[in-house]
Amino acid sequence: MAITLLIPTALRNFTDGKKEVQAEGKTVGEAVDNFANVYPDIKRHLYDEKGVLRAFINIFVGETNIKNLQGLDTPLKDGDTVMLVPAIAGGK
Amino acid sequence: MSGIISDDRVTDLSKEEILRYGRHLILPEINIEGQKKLKAAKVLIVGVGGLGSPVALYLAAAGIGTLGLVDPDFVEESNLQRQIIHSSKDIDRPKTSSAKDKIQDLNPFVNVVTYNSTINSSNALDIAKGYDLIIDGTDNFQTRYLVNDVCVLLGIPNVYGSIFQFEGQASVFYAKEGPCYRCLLPAPPPPGLVPSCAQGGVLGVLPGIIGSIQAVEAIKLITGAGTPLIGKLLLFEALEMKFSRLRIEKDPNCPICGNHPTITKLIDYEEFCGLKTKEKPVDKISPLELKKLLDAGKKVQIIDIREPHEQAIFKFPQAKYIPFGQLLRRKNELDEKLDAIFICKIGQKSVFAIRLLQNAGYKGKLFNLDNGVNGWAEVDPSAPLY
Ligand SMILES: [Zn+2]
Repeated sequence: MAITLLIPTALRNFTDGKKEVQAEGKTVGEAVDNFANVYPDIKRHLYDEKGVLRAFINIFVGETNIKNLQGLDTPLKDGDTVMLVPAIAGGK
Repeated sequence: MSGIISDDRVTDLSKEEILRYGRHLILPEINIEGQKKLKAAKVLIVGVGGLGSPVALYLAAAGIGTLGLVDPDFVEESNLQRQIIHSSKDIDRPKTSSAKDKIQDLNPFVNVVTYNSTINSSNALDIAKGYDLIIDGTDNFQTRYLVNDVCVLLGIPNVYGSIFQFEGQASVFYAKEGPCYRCLLPAPPPPGLVPSCAQGGVLGVLPGIIGSIQAVEAIKLITGAGTPLIGKLLLFEALEMKFSRLRIEKDPNCPICGNHPTITKLIDYEEFCGLKTKEKPVDKISPLELKKLLDAGKKVQIIDIREPHEQAIFKFPQAKYIPFGQLLRRKNELDEKLDAIFICKIGQKSVFAIRLLQNAGYKGKLFNLDNGVNGWAEVDPSAPLY
């Protein structure tokens, strides 16, 4: 499945400044893995030492959090939009 | 919906107040009943900086009866690019005092209570008690978790906003009716992984947009107008001028608002955010020591981990540029036999760079330049503070 992955400002340092990238995958987990293989510097931000997706990153397919779908096993269909939303804390 | 202020708390408006708030009174969704609720409301603003400035100004103008302001900081020149409640003449004053003056100039009907101190587990419940909602305008994860937990424990809404570079988020975390901050973010990022605005920068207008959204949500919660951002996360991106609204749900396993809460009182937020781990301090070098080394022609490798656009502000003498994000991949470009000195803007991210290399098995000697480029400006007149 070809999907569009939206990259937030905080992670664009790792994607040569790209705001969105095309990725392939039958599930969210597969698509994010394939994306991280293209931009390896980002891996440490997305996954912890054990390879688990970090708790401060939420992933949405369309408007829905994958926590409320099937997590990283959430199936994707062609043309889906997947958004990475890391926690930000700025306010001052 | 009738809002979070009960009818028995409201009092009548004076003639002067009716004149001042006339544009609200003719809105059917607010009208005189809503305006009386705004007058009865007590709102606590935690952080009177980028977000807190527009929130405080708009809520004061709107006629909120009591505004509490919490901030331990003093106004600095570099705040004025975005913290519009403070002025050049306020530099070095407590932010709470500067903001109080501004609010009272704007609307003498507002009662302002100031707390010129850090909010923490030992004082937060005392400060927050009696307020109807809290505006989260803080700039760090530990205070954001603290504000969330205070709101859940007191049963009041947390009107959330946060900003980074060109991007902002807003939501209303109200555990009685929807998810809390912990439902969305069960754990903070490990220290050093996510840059702060001091390190990553922020568009000065951005807090104006997100803070104004927080002010709107506070007014909606108080008056009962419209539908608050409960269970929704609003994202804003200024470069593409794009808003997205995502759905977020309550986590039944949330440790504070779920079915079986394990957090029943405030905790140690520094520890929760990993700020208390006893890591061996990294070796450091002062700007003066480094200058002497360079003047003496000693061979060292200087590694500047700032992003390319920051190098354009100031090129560090003799430095090799390896942006932080590329460091692990390019660690072979370092010579383990030579002392390496790490440089960033303020000498914080460079500490994480050193730890990252050490954890990856780098064997050579690594030093952190104290206070980074800003420290270097003390010994090199050509270097700017930024
Ligand atoms: Zn919760």
